[in-house]
Amino acid sequence: MNRNEFIRRSALAAVGTWLIPDFVKAYERDQINTFRTNDKVLVIVQFSGGNDGLNTLIPFRNDIYYRERPKLAIPETKVLKLTDELALHPALEKLRSWYDQGYFRFLNNVGYPNPDRSHFRSMDIWHTASDASEYRQTGWIGRYLDAQCSGTCQPYQALEIDDQLSLSMKGERVKGLAVSDPKRLYQQTKNPFYQELARANHEAYANVDYLYKTLAETLSSSAYIHAKTDVTSTTASYPTHELGRRLKTVADFIRSGVDSNVYYVSHGSFDTHVNQQPKQEQLLRQYAEALDVFMQDLKAQHKLDKVLVLTFSEFGRRVKQNASNGTDHGTANCVFLAGGNLALDRQYQAVPDLSDLDQGDLKYKVDFRDLYATLLDHWLGINSVSVLGKPFPGLKLA
Amino acid sequence: MKNTLIQLKHLYQRAGFGASPAMLQQASRHSVRRAVQDLFDDAQTPRPLHVVDPQRVGYSRKVLLEMVLQKGPLSEEQKKQYIRQIDQENRELIGDLNYAWITQMASGTSVLREKMTLFWHGHFACRSLNPTFVQRQNNTIRQHALGKFGDLLQAVAQDPAMLQFLNNQQNRKQSPNENFAREVMELFTLGRGHYSEQDIKEAARTFTGWGFNREGTFEIRKNQHDIGTKTIFGKTGPFDGSDTLSLILERPETAPFLVTKIYRYFVNDRPDPQIIQPLAAGFRKKDYDISWLMHEILTSDWFYRPENIGVNIKSPVELLVGFQRQLGLNFGQKQAVLYVQKALDQVLFYPPNVAGWPGGATWIDSSSLLLRMKLPEIILQAAQLNFKAKADGDVNTDYLAKRSNKPFLQTQFDWEAFAQPFAGLSTEALLDALSTYLLARPLLPSQRDLLLKHRKNNDLQDFTLGILTLPEYQLC
Repeated sequence: MNRNEFIRRSALAAVGTWLIPDFVKAYERDQINTFRTNDKVLVIVQFSGGNDGLNTLIPFRNDIYYRERPKLAIPETKVLKLTDELALHPALEKLRSWYDQGYFRFLNNVGYPNPDRSHFRSMDIWHTASDASEYRQTGWIGRYLDAQCSGTCQPYQALEIDDQLSLSMKGERVKGLAVSDPKRLYQQTKNPFYQELARANHEAYANVDYLYKTLAETLSSSAYIHAKTDVTSTTASYPTHELGRRLKTVADFIRSGVDSNVYYVSHGSFDTHVNQQPKQEQLLRQYAEALDVFMQDLKAQHKLDKVLVLTFSEFGRRVKQNASNGTDHGTANCVFLAGGNLALDRQYQAVPDLSDLDQGDLKYKVDFRDLYATLLDHWLGINSVSVLGKPFPGLKLA
Repeated sequence: MKNTLIQLKHLYQRAGFGASPAMLQQASRHSVRRAVQDLFDDAQTPRPLHVVDPQRVGYSRKVLLEMVLQKGPLSEEQKKQYIRQIDQENRELIGDLNYAWITQMASGTSVLREKMTLFWHGHFACRSLNPTFVQRQNNTIRQHALGKFGDLLQAVAQDPAMLQFLNNQQNRKQSPNENFAREVMELFTLGRGHYSEQDIKEAARTFTGWGFNREGTFEIRKNQHDIGTKTIFGKTGPFDGSDTLSLILERPETAPFLVTKIYRYFVNDRPDPQIIQPLAAGFRKKDYDISWLMHEILTSDWFYRPENIGVNIKSPVELLVGFQRQLGLNFGQKQAVLYVQKALDQVLFYPPNVAGWPGGATWIDSSSLLLRMKLPEIILQAAQLNFKAKADGDVNTDYLAKRSNKPFLQTQFDWEAFAQPFAGLSTEALLDALSTYLLARPLLPSQRDLLLKHRKNNDLQDFTLGILTLPEYQLC
């Protein structure tokens, strides 16, 4: 069943009195292609608050690491060794076998020039893919939507599993949709007053139009998602914590064939200035548990090669631990890729150089915008220059 | 009469935060010009925020800690405990400042100055974890908000919050830090493309040594200040920071940059160069007198043209304060007010970055629109709030995202008092009157029919809620 038929049959039937707003009619009529560029999916997991990369991907052969972190360093006997020099935090044990099978991979020393150590600014930079000295008002996934269908994309084509939408999801012409619970969103949007309002005439002023367009798209996106996912729910048993619930929702969307290439979830808070160990351990364990089930679920559906999970944080933390058994804001960090058959050259897996620091922080070797460019060009199948605004050479594939 | 009412509504909405029906009735006995004059008269005297005792916390966190240490020898654990306590107190105080300012904006006194302060708060966007600095900067901005822009610029540049935020404490002769010099040109005065990288490098040298002492008082640290010759915008001399600010004000690009931003905020977010150009020329000629500029705008014919009425999207703060001003309600508790700001992406004292809130259409996406439309019910009927604001992972701002299920349970709203101006009106006349007072532009027949159709058992409450739910209510 193609998308047009789908709208006619399920959305109309399921929503009952729902009348398709004008903009939907317009693109049905014009047969504008808003289908996905390909069948690949990118899931982004954001570690909010600045995850300590050195205690996540541990340089267990490095004396400086143990010297600078007398209380926080993880002893070699406890780490999960991946290579001769790097190992995972023990809480990530469930990801070990995925690593061995090539489904869980890492990049190291990822960052950007002139790093900013403020959460908000650094997160902005990751969301907008800007330079450190530049302020952009749109996010890279939002601009991906802008570029993908010349402004006719629907919000549900990039879904954030949350109530509030991140800057990364906001484009100039199209913004993604934040939905934490499709049923609850649907309950809210099927309100007859909203429905009739969306169809009622309004004045033709720019911002009025924009508000009504947003309303109509929200209602139709919510109806679409609801109709798509109402029937099937995954049988895999996800952990009951928030990240588990969020990845389960993503799996439901993927399983039911929602026309979306991008999903976004957040996990945190990793801002571990004080007594880092138990907090980070808990968050990493939740991540490993949830991602493990998610990948098993996709594998059972034969979709694991089509879904790539990117995990990042706005910065890593200082090499030297602080006086409160925590770590302060740092710079370059590790990034994880899981699932999807996109493999990067091993040169990006280098051990961090703890003897060559910038004010106590790691120097980046890989610009995250090169990673974005590679994901756009080689995974989402869209010209990265149209999204990033300027050419980035991208990363070498394996 | 009708015409005056539309213009007054527009004036109060843009120069303030809206007005109640009773107040609009009262004001429409006089001319719009008189109302403008009253706004200026009323804004004469700044009302500074007084939440934080400057004596108690006129210090940085470091100094406070030293004071704690003077109490005697402390264990590591006790020290940490004190730091956590101070941090916690500071966060609470910044939250208190936020609520105090919201309350002041809604009080209806000095509204033009408060609105202007809000504008400059976004223009000179800055974050500080020190509540004394936050309060002081806000009061500095308020003091100069309607004065000469040059004075405002100078005062903000020498204010500890900004010196700290843009790293000027680290700007020393031996290793200049360009952060402040760059942002002052790019974001506060000239705009991108109107200066060279060399101008920034040289300007950074003029600000070397600018900093604040332990008490937070501005000082120029002589041994860190570069007294050498600098060349900025083609002019050469042994300039200091104040000279740089004056040189910036001499540039022709500064007035158009500022006036465009003010025009977009107060008039229409789509700028009209035909109007902006002469206005900017006048602004420069009047020595950047902000009161002159605002008076020109608020008394011009074009300000009241239909194409400028009801076309700008309210910021979350304007929306929140507007509920209070228009309906005469009292939120009655701080956390709910902080929470809504967090959920709608505008928390006072926490701008996203030094560029401030981008505003306009960026306020609205699917989630924020649905929440804004639901908000009247959440506030007026203490309805459940099914929305989880995103925590941004920072221990210093986590408290903003805390909420209860029915956050506005303590809100006081007197329906009877609100209803007084509408006494005796029957259904349709009541709807027309309510929408006239609450919306910037007239209802369309289709929306009128919709509101009539959806009324249940209490016309006044159903219509009021319905009107506040319309997407048009998001506009001002």
